[in-house]
Amino acid sequence: MLLTIDWLFILEKCILIAVILSISLVVAMYETWAERKVAAVIQDRRGPNRAGPFGILQPVADGLKLFMKEEIIPNLSSPFLFVVGPGLAMLTAMMTSAVVPWSSFFDIKGHIVPLQVADINIGVLYVFAVVSMGVYGMMIGGWASNNKFSLLAAVRGASQIISYELAMGLSIISLLFITGSLSLKTIVEQQQDHIINFVYQPLGFFIFLVCAFAECNRTPFDLSEAESELNFGYHQEYSSMKLGFYLFAEYVNMFISSAVMATLFFGGYDIPFVNDHQFGLAHGQNLLAILQGFSLLIKIVIFIFFFMWVRWTIPRFRYDQLMKLGWKILIPLALINMLVTGFLVLFKSNGWHF
Amino acid sequence: MQSLTNRAKQVERKPMTLWEKMYLLSITKGMSITFGHIFKKKPTINYPEKERPFSPVFRGLHVLNRDEEGRERCTACGLCALACPAEAITMEAAERLPGEENLYKEEKYAARYEINMLRCIFCGFCEDACPKDAIYLSETFAPSNYSREKFIYGKNELLIPDPKTDPEAYAKAKGNK
Repeated sequence: MLLTIDWLFILEKCILIAVILSISLVVAMYETWAERKVAAVIQDRRGPNRAGPFGILQPVADGLKLFMKEEIIPNLSSPFLFVVGPGLAMLTAMMTSAVVPWSSFFDIKGHIVPLQVADINIGVLYVFAVVSMGVYGMMIGGWASNNKFSLLAAVRGASQIISYELAMGLSIISLLFITGSLSLKTIVEQQQDHIINFVYQPLGFFIFLVCAFAECNRTPFDLSEAESELNFGYHQEYSSMKLGFYLFAEYVNMFISSAVMATLFFGGYDIPFVNDHQFGLAHGQNLLAILQGFSLLIKIVIFIFFFMWVRWTIPRFRYDQLMKLGWKILIPLALINMLVTGFLVLFKSNGWHF
Repeated sequence: MQSLTNRAKQVERKPMTLWEKMYLLSITKGMSITFGHIFKKKPTINYPEKERPFSPVFRGLHVLNRDEEGRERCTACGLCALACPAEAITMEAAERLPGEENLYKEEKYAARYEINMLRCIFCGFCEDACPKDAIYLSETFAPSNYSREKFIYGKNELLIPDPKTDPEAYAKAKGNK
């Protein structure tokens, strides 16, 4: 049996995984820089500009600092869970990248290398499953610290993520009515042939966007790390690179959720205003694949900028306001959106054109 | 009650309409304000690379002056020390010996001249009191230091470079005064 394993295939996937993981880490690294820079320019400041030109070495310096810091494990914590927490947060943040199609495929001398780690036919479900696992990192971290503030923050964060996941799932259902497929690759290919899904589902996208903010624990929904109420949130007892992992996981989450949003609603790796298929025939598939990757990256960067822009504009919600928005507004909206979409899809499939 | 001024304004507390409750307009407004700030000119000056010019009347670190031939002007008369409200200046006088005419302008000179920069309040009275134009306040300020002793500036730190041997440094230290 072992001999039937396609070693080339495994090698190819391993390389792809390594490349994607390192790209998402580098992007997350520069998100921390970009966050500070965006915050600065919005507040009429200059932001980091000491380390290297425009301060681009700042994240390296920050990382070095975090590694140098003393690692403190509180006496009364559960040491195992305390260490597992940040790792789990990081792991769940990275796992989603497996199903996102980063580009079409490379054509290396007739051998086709798809630039997606796994094209599973339940891609969207996988994304949801992994994203909801993100609660564990937060919850375990808050629990293991043996600190009331951390625990409160963790409980808050967990309940927030769980309630917004509902609205997120419902908003996606109406999208799935249109696409008819759960595979992210198929969804992208459909958008390449037709029009981007945002045109069909503006409300669905809006709900998804708000929920993505909540899932990433970003302002205005960063209740789990509300400094003024909970000191520092669920990672209060953490220090050194374990703290860095938690902070980093947030940025990786942001990157991945931007990628998912771009894929689901804005055509993924499709290059806008260009017929990708003809371009590929004219200039070669490999160049097309690279450009498509860049196209997706640009879309992601725009989303990340939007995340930061919102963070430095909108104040934090109060907890009851947050729950009200989630349960009383977004879920009914998503349900209505689902009903209307379902009705229209049914209409159309019965041949009643309008 | 009658109001004292006519500036009091009744606060409107009517319930919000559905459109207002959705906050879409307010959020868009806020977002456009923050976006507009991205392109605004930043008031910050990149300090070590670019220094902010001082005004010509700025009173900074003291300089002990020399005349055109590079001789020290100070005659250790002590008027500056007398004028100093913070008692930051101390000095010891000495007599000029034959053969030192190229070093000191007059027969008496300051062998030791110290200003305690921690006591000094940079009022400029010493500059006003000096009859020989020997001390003035420049457009720089005392750099930080780790020990208090280092803030007692002696002649080494205060004396302006010799205009004959080192005209560039002299011009730089002299500034616009």
